[in-house]
Amino acid sequence: MGINGKSYIVGIYEHPCRAALDKTLPQLHAEIAKGALADAGLSKDDVDAYFCAGDAPGLGPINMIEYMGLNNVRHMDSTETGGSSYIVHVNHAAQAIAAGHCNVALITLAGRPVADAKEGKPVRYYNQQAPDFPFEMPYGPNVTNMYAMCAMRHMYEYGTTSEQLAWIKVAASHHAQHNEHARLRDVVTVEDVVNSPMIADPLHRLDCCVITDGGGGIVMVSPEVAKSLKRTRVKVLGAGEAPKHLAAGQVDLTYSGARWSGPKAFAEAGVTPAEIKYASVYDSFTITVLETLEDLGFCKKGEGGKFVSDGNLISGVGKLPFNTDGGGLCNNHPGNRGGMTKVLEAVRQVRGEAHPKVQVRNCDIALAHGTGGLLGSRMGSATVILGNEDA
Amino acid sequence: MNADQKNKINLVVNSETKPYWEGAAKRQLLIRACNACGKVHHYPRTICPHCFSDDTAFVEASGNGVIYSYSVTRQAKPPYVIAYVELDEGVAMLTNIIGCEIDKIRIGQKVRVEFSEAGDGYALPVFTSA
Repeated sequence: MGINGKSYIVGIYEHPCRAALDKTLPQLHAEIAKGALADAGLSKDDVDAYFCAGDAPGLGPINMIEYMGLNNVRHMDSTETGGSSYIVHVNHAAQAIAAGHCNVALITLAGRPVADAKEGKPVRYYNQQAPDFPFEMPYGPNVTNMYAMCAMRHMYEYGTTSEQLAWIKVAASHHAQHNEHARLRDVVTVEDVVNSPMIADPLHRLDCCVITDGGGGIVMVSPEVAKSLKRTRVKVLGAGEAPKHLAAGQVDLTYSGARWSGPKAFAEAGVTPAEIKYASVYDSFTITVLETLEDLGFCKKGEGGKFVSDGNLISGVGKLPFNTDGGGLCNNHPGNRGGMTKVLEAVRQVRGEAHPKVQVRNCDIALAHGTGGLLGSRMGSATVILGNEDA
Repeated sequence: MNADQKNKINLVVNSETKPYWEGAAKRQLLIRACNACGKVHHYPRTICPHCFSDDTAFVEASGNGVIYSYSVTRQAKPPYVIAYVELDEGVAMLTNIIGCEIDKIRIGQKVRVEFSEAGDGYALPVFTSA
């Protein structure tokens, strides 16, 4: 059973805070749920399905459903695939709605890594019982140096340069200047990026995303419910999800799981990359965007560096406007999980409600893509394609 | 702090990993091989990730390989090099490159295993220029 046209996104909310010292984690989830439902014109009693990931405290849906007082839930999903979780949730909610298991699905993400650090709370350690942990942790892997190895290998195989990667940050900064909530609003140049301090070769500080608190939420409904609401509805056209792992010891860091999640989403939506007017692409690091764009088929493998150069990702300038909210590189990366905000900006674009300076004209079809875990090595990928009523 | 404490690395030694670390303590790099399908894998598992047989055993690797990719964590004091090394046996492992001039490390470089002290008599397999 396919999902094309069988559900709609009718409510979204991005928490405006970027440092949540005065808010608890459950409180952030609830504020986000309230905001997303208000945007949809629905109440909490309309919610009959709830989705959250590993950022939610305790037993996830169980604790959050109680805290928020959701009394009519008959479908739950706490799929955890890191930052890609929320796009997986969109896929699963679309499937559940299409199957008749629910009519109003609420998805929330919240995090407070900035506040937790200021309060001296220990960062959440990767589970010591994860099977890879004993054989990898002694070597000091961290998010940056693991993504850096992808960039290093991509450069080696395809001649990709730091300047090309920098263009991704430059484009994000051009968009972020118009977002009053963006963590970083200054426009930067290629020189600014390559001259910023080296964090893990070949990634510089400005190749890395921001760390922020906050979060976001989505309300998805059946076509019948969508038609009863006043809000501009955004149709879910197709979605795909895929794990990628080291396959018993075979390493290839030059591609991501988008190689599999993308084609599934395009096939279901019945569209091609050339028809995508706007793309939200997970941007934990610049290399994340570059590999993903190749894997989604926006350009040939190895030609991502050329594709992203010279402002090709800047709205109004290039062929593929991306992350017009400023993305994780400049705007927001709540809870170190960027999949949610990717969907939110894609919805704004299809609604025609992005900032006028970055709104893509006639944005009838948009894509959002999430990456979870470690690019290329042990990761989740999820792609969703959204459209307006006529798409 | 004595030298042993200073170099101590918190290794996870459990029923599945213990033989690996005992091998490393004896300066052996062990990988896991499957007697059913004949393939090797890494990191080691009791059930073969190729064919799902439980007839698997540790075998000693040659300790030779090439650097698939690497990165220098510049913010650490001192900076360290993380790498994926492709072993001659055909599996890759995450590791550190030591004893090399950091700025001369290259993808494709031939490396061989070394063992750095991990405390409590254990040792950690790392790699250096071959």
